[in-house]
Amino acid sequence: MAKPTVREVLFNPVFNNNPIGLQILGICSALAVTSNLRTALVMSLALTMVTAFSNLSISAIRNQIPSSIRMIVQMVIIASLVIVVDQLLKAYAFSVSKQLSVFVGLIITNCIVMGRAEAFAMQNPPKLSFFDGIGNGLGYSVMLITLGVIRELFGAGKLMGHTILPTVNEGGWYIPNGLLLLPPSAFFLIGLAIWALRTWKTSQQEKPNFHITTHVRAEAY
Amino acid sequence: MEHYLSLFFRAVFVQNMALAFFLGMCSFIAISKKVETAIGLGVAVVVVQAITVPANNLIYRYLLKDGALAWAGLPDVDMSFLGLLSYIGVIAAIVQILEMTLDRYVPSLYNALGVFLPLITVNCVILAGSLFMVERDYTFAESGVYGVGSGLSWALAITALAGIREKLKYSDVPAGLQGLGITFITIGLMALGFMSFSGVQI
Repeated sequence: MAKPTVREVLFNPVFNNNPIGLQILGICSALAVTSNLRTALVMSLALTMVTAFSNLSISAIRNQIPSSIRMIVQMVIIASLVIVVDQLLKAYAFSVSKQLSVFVGLIITNCIVMGRAEAFAMQNPPKLSFFDGIGNGLGYSVMLITLGVIRELFGAGKLMGHTILPTVNEGGWYIPNGLLLLPPSAFFLIGLAIWALRTWKTSQQEKPNFHITTHVRAEAY
Repeated sequence: MEHYLSLFFRAVFVQNMALAFFLGMCSFIAISKKVETAIGLGVAVVVVQAITVPANNLIYRYLLKDGALAWAGLPDVDMSFLGLLSYIGVIAAIVQILEMTLDRYVPSLYNALGVFLPLITVNCVILAGSLFMVERDYTFAESGVYGVGSGLSWALAITALAGIREKLKYSDVPAGLQGLGITFITIGLMALGFMSFSGVQI
């Protein structure tokens, strides 16, 4: 494999190899924290930090880790970093940390962190791994923030708690789409986002398992 | 008794781990292509969840909680910041022990579960079960009921999704939606269906 450059590892995950859109990693939290923009932002920031620093530290000691216990080692490093983030949030942003509830803790089992540690940090030097962590965090953040903006703006007419589209209840003109605040809408939006991304980057499309033969289709219509 | 029953039904239907809280999505999507494997993974999750949630409950109440170390003569010690680290450690250890025990005494079940057992360590459903247990301050008995219930809720959802995806194989899906995209939309529709449970009062 050719040596990847910093630029490549930083920007590839954003569109070409999006952790959520293509690698199917870290979807759990992507859905649960996006009903408003503030939690989405905090979550993206927390995850980017954890991924970057776990990649950095795992890569720094990658030659010392015996391969038989590497999972445990990675887990301990990640869990310690998440504890730091969790304590920081509790100290400086208590209301947001209450809203995120268990999802900060769940960064531990977020597959992006573990997946990047295993797939990238174990083979590459610390500096490159650090940027890879940031890049993947960015890819994740782009998706999260897009969802957060759409859901909060059209679901409640607000952004970060400020009214953008005045809703009918408050004497404005906008009738909010309540469905967007409910869990299922996150699935629809991600599905549509993936559709859009794959229409643009057609190489990411999956092959169908079965094709409907043309003459059958002609008869059916 | 009624209290436990209502807790159980709430855990399975209203607070469905996969469809209301979006937990365990990675394996939920990756391993739901076939009904058989989905059921295998579902059973494994139920078993692990039923053991780890009560185990973590004991650890939380006798070691980590504020003032929990009173029995050791340390009433002022609050170790709850170590929670995340200890829960994930307990989960990894229990999965490992379960794997070895099954291999030794019930090889047929071990072979049936196969690769799914080690994968469960990194499944968010398990860790989330323990974290919810702590957040809602369940007693030991309640945590047992909640463990089984939340495990079952996930198993139910993944089996249903696998059934739908097996049927979907023959449908004419637009190229960009093929695979991942259409799966998300399917899950969205399922979640809408499950939301109808939220009005149920037990």
